[in-house]
Amino acid sequence: MKAIFGKKIGMSRIFTEEGESLPVTVIQAGPCQVLQVKTADKDGYSALKVGYEELEESHVNKPMGGVFEKAGVKAHRYLREIRLDSDSEDINVGDYINVDIFKPGEKVHVSGISKGLGFQGGVRRHGFGGGPKTHGQSDRLRAPGSIGQSSYPSRVLKGTRMAGRMGNEKVTTTNLTVAKVDPENNLLCIMGSVPGKRNSFVKITGAK
Amino acid sequence: MDLMSKLEGEYRKKDIPKFSPGDTVKVHVRIKEGDRERIQVFQGTVIKKRGSGLGASFTVRKVSSGVAVERIFPVHSPNITEIERLRMGKVRRSKLYYLRNLSGKQSRIVEKKEDKKVNNKKAKAK
Repeated sequence: MKAIFGKKIGMSRIFTEEGESLPVTVIQAGPCQVLQVKTADKDGYSALKVGYEELEESHVNKPMGGVFEKAGVKAHRYLREIRLDSDSEDINVGDYINVDIFKPGEKVHVSGISKGLGFQGGVRRHGFGGGPKTHGQSDRLRAPGSIGQSSYPSRVLKGTRMAGRMGNEKVTTTNLTVAKVDPENNLLCIMGSVPGKRNSFVKITGAK
Repeated sequence: MDLMSKLEGEYRKKDIPKFSPGDTVKVHVRIKEGDRERIQVFQGTVIKKRGSGLGASFTVRKVSSGVAVERIFPVHSPNITEIERLRMGKVRRSKLYYLRNLSGKQSRIVEKKEDKKVNNKKAKAK
C-alpha cells in the first residue's frame, strides 16, 4: 500500500491548460526516511517504519536519539508505520519515500486530525433541525428535542446524540484526486478539502 | 520558505495591466469549440475587482442592444489572453453596483484624464 506523510499548507486554485480552475489543497509531503522494515517472519506483519520532518539532533531526547542512531538515519519529528500487503524487498533502511509515488489523476485518501471546534450544540454537531421558529415558541430554536421516554426506559440511553466537544478527532477524506505533483518542492496538490488546519500532520494513502 | 507562493508563482500572470473599477476594458477570451480555438473580445466597464493571488477576479458589464451582460473573469486564467484598458473612469467607489439601476445618460462614467496616483508620485519626486 502506497502512503506518505505530510503537512497541510493550505488551499488555493490551479489552472489546467484548458483554462479550467481546480480547487486544491496544497500538502508538503515527504520525504519520509525508512527507519525499520518490519517483516511477517520477525514482527508478525509487514510494515515500514518511517520518519517525517527532520529535526536537529539536539531537539531529540536521549532515548529517541538512540533509536535514530541505531537505524543510522537522521532525527525526525514524526514516526509512523505504513502497513504493507506483503514484505517489501526493494526498500531498505535509510531509503526515502518521495511524493513522486503519486501521479496526477490518481485517487487518494487523506487522514488527519480535524479542526477542534470546542463545545457545540446538537444543531451544529449532529445536524439536528432545532425547534420551530414561530407559533408561540420561546427558547426552542436550537433545542435538541426529547432525549428519551419517561417510565420506560426512564433513563437516557447511552450514545444519545447531544451537545459536546466537536472536532479534534481523526478524520479520513476518501477518493480525492491528485491534481499536481511537484517533486522539486515536495508538494502535492489534491482536489478538494482535507481534514485539519494549516500545518497539521496528514497521511496520504493511495486509494484502491 | 513560503511554499504556497512558490506553487502559485507558477500559475500567476506577471504582465497584468493596471485597471480599476470604472475603467472601460477589452478582455480577450480564448474560446474552444470542439477542436477549433478562437479569441472573443468582451468590451465593457469594470464594475468590481475582488480577491488576491490566484483567486482574484473582476466583473465587466456591458449593455448590448438593450440587454445588460455581466461577465466575471478570473484574472489569472490562461483563457484570458489579454486585458486592454481603453479609458479610465472617474468613480468614487470600488463596487459600481449602482450602475445596474441606471440606464442611458445616467449610466455614463466621467473620464479620468490622468492617473492621480502616478502624478502625485512624480510631484513628490520633484
